[in-house]
Amino acid sequence: MFKYLKQLTSLVAMVAVLFTFTTETMAAKKSKTLKNTQKKGFVRCGVSQGLPGFSNADAAGNWTGIDVDVCRAVAAAVLGDANKVKFTPLSAKERFTALTSGEIDILSRNTTWTLSRDADIGLTFVGVNFYDGQGFMVRKSSGITSTSQFKDGISACTNIGTTTELNMRDFFNSKGISYEPVAFEKADEVVAAYDAGRCDTYTTDKSGLAAQRTKMSNPDDHIVLPETVSKEPLGPVVRQGDSVWEDIVRWSLNAMIEAEEYGITSSNADSMKTSDNPAVKRLVGAEGELGAAFGLDNEWSLRIIKQVGNYGESYKRNIADTGILPDRGPNELWTKGGILYVPPAR
Amino acid sequence: MDLKLQKIIPQLITVLVVVLVFGFFTYNAQINMENRGIDFGYGFLSQESSFDVQFSLIEYDGSHSYFRAYLVGLLNTILVSVIGIIIATILGVIVGVARLSPNYLINQFAAFYVEFFRNIPLLLQIFFWYFAALRALPLPQDADAMLGVFFLTIKGLYVPAFIWENLNIFLYSIVAAIIAIVVIRIHARKVQETQGKQLPVFWISIGLIFILPLLSFLIGGVSLSFEIPKLKQLAATSFKYEGGISLPPELIALTLSLALYTATFIAECVRAGIQGVGKGQKEAAASIGLNPNQVLKLVVMPQALRIIIPPTTNQYLNLTKNSSLAAAIAYPDLVLVFAGTALMQTGKAIEIVSITMLTYLSLSISISILMNWYNKKIAIKEK
Repeated sequence: MFKYLKQLTSLVAMVAVLFTFTTETMAAKKSKTLKNTQKKGFVRCGVSQGLPGFSNADAAGNWTGIDVDVCRAVAAAVLGDANKVKFTPLSAKERFTALTSGEIDILSRNTTWTLSRDADIGLTFVGVNFYDGQGFMVRKSSGITSTSQFKDGISACTNIGTTTELNMRDFFNSKGISYEPVAFEKADEVVAAYDAGRCDTYTTDKSGLAAQRTKMSNPDDHIVLPETVSKEPLGPVVRQGDSVWEDIVRWSLNAMIEAEEYGITSSNADSMKTSDNPAVKRLVGAEGELGAAFGLDNEWSLRIIKQVGNYGESYKRNIADTGILPDRGPNELWTKGGILYVPPAR
Repeated sequence: MDLKLQKIIPQLITVLVVVLVFGFFTYNAQINMENRGIDFGYGFLSQESSFDVQFSLIEYDGSHSYFRAYLVGLLNTILVSVIGIIIATILGVIVGVARLSPNYLINQFAAFYVEFFRNIPLLLQIFFWYFAALRALPLPQDADAMLGVFFLTIKGLYVPAFIWENLNIFLYSIVAAIIAIVVIRIHARKVQETQGKQLPVFWISIGLIFILPLLSFLIGGVSLSFEIPKLKQLAATSFKYEGGISLPPELIALTLSLALYTATFIAECVRAGIQGVGKGQKEAAASIGLNPNQVLKLVVMPQALRIIIPPTTNQYLNLTKNSSLAAAIAYPDLVLVFAGTALMQTGKAIEIVSITMLTYLSLSISISILMNWYNKKIAIKEK
């Protein structure tokens, strides 16, 4: 009898310890994610399974892309080293669960900012790093040059778990065209099926089409139609409930964009410390106490600019020079005719 | 008293641990969801789904509810499982018997088939059949008609649709034929038991199942016509077939790979079952004058089935559960439609995954119950 009592008490004690442990972490400080990140020594970042220009791994496992650069910027700001990022490739279906369950701390995976995602499912969008819209790709030989030539019964390949599926329905319904949606779990299978001729058209964000086109067996056989059928502002996402972390990610992205606006680049950042413009001096950490608000030092933004570069450098390196979308279109600064406009860092 | 207590206490502890562990995770999930502002609830099921599905057995489009989308996925899962189980069983029995064939070529071929298909991961086979078939099949405009009316193309298999008139009378005639056959069988058994005469039940049954439906055409006013698929041009190099029934290549590839894979295991069950019947049984049956057909039907099979059914039930369950790999090749099954798209659009991960798990559990248990019932029915009844 005594024997069991002893076992029982130790069990109860174990459970009690577990409970106190969790309640302690539940009631944690505001910047739980920041503290954990600094303790671990790396930023946990969710990216795509391979979308050239946005997040793509080379043969050696090095990730590049503008989505990747957002995570690198946060790592530079928080940990002082842009390479201290652990990338987790996620399918469209897995991405939000991975974030809300705490497997990753930033989701930077060409994710469209919508009301329901922002409000409903425990996520917070921190900004836009690429303004996109949904488009259609067809085979050149089909002779189709505009979506107005689509006919009843057209089959369209796409991914599941994206806004694309919903926009596609809205688009075809508004045109009164019947269509066959063929939705795959992974982008590679979509490309393979479309390439084989299973579908007449492939639809996703235009940037995605441009990037995936490079993976086709013969890219020149395919064209992206000019029409844009939806608004797709893509940006990084964080878990709801950690506003300090949210601010860090938001302002890491904003710092990159504002750096471009003020002409601060990775190569001239240090010399900008002596600039006459106080806005520039604030961005390179020579004036003000901007980092303190997040619990960071004052050179957080300088490190971002030096190690990752400004937004323009990142775009050029990942998207323009790789031939995906040489024309920046709406993703140009507001001062140059685009719509990139971020609040001032002050 | 002490002995009783010793029995009860470990059980109490087990229950307590299970409850505590379960409670701990539920409690944690609740707190986490609250912290992140996620609501829990099944209300979304009645909301408009606003996404379309490629292939559905019931009427569905994005204006229907998420619950309807769930039914679409469920029915598609059941469809692929049922067709898969039927094909796998037929193929499995043939291959299982073939492995015991005295003909060297036949048994070696069967052995090769079993070893080849059961040793390659199923997902790989699904990809192979899907993408290899896609690459190998012709575009709609290049497809040659098979038997003049079937078209196998990269966009799917197009078959003529049946257009019935007075379909109900035709169905009644089939029901009537089945009832007649059952009655005749019972009668034939009585005749055999009382007079020792054997009636040609088999041929009578065949006759009935053809003649009654035929009569429904001749005098019942039933008529059948076909709607043959026609080629339609969508763009300069884009075609599809219209009319008739179209089976998407995803369904065909998935059914084929599931059936080919599971059939190997069923074949082994069948072989084990037949080999499990003692040689003496067959010899004894032959010695009392039964012909080889009767030996198989009356002596070997009833005993072999008892060995075959339980492991085959497992294979049926496996096939049903493996059908969830459909998501890889865009076949809109329960996992793709409900645990995929619907989950993504609503973000209700816990709710949807729990419903999906319960659904597969119910499907599996239903199959188990059915097979256990059959197993009991054919079990040896001790007298």
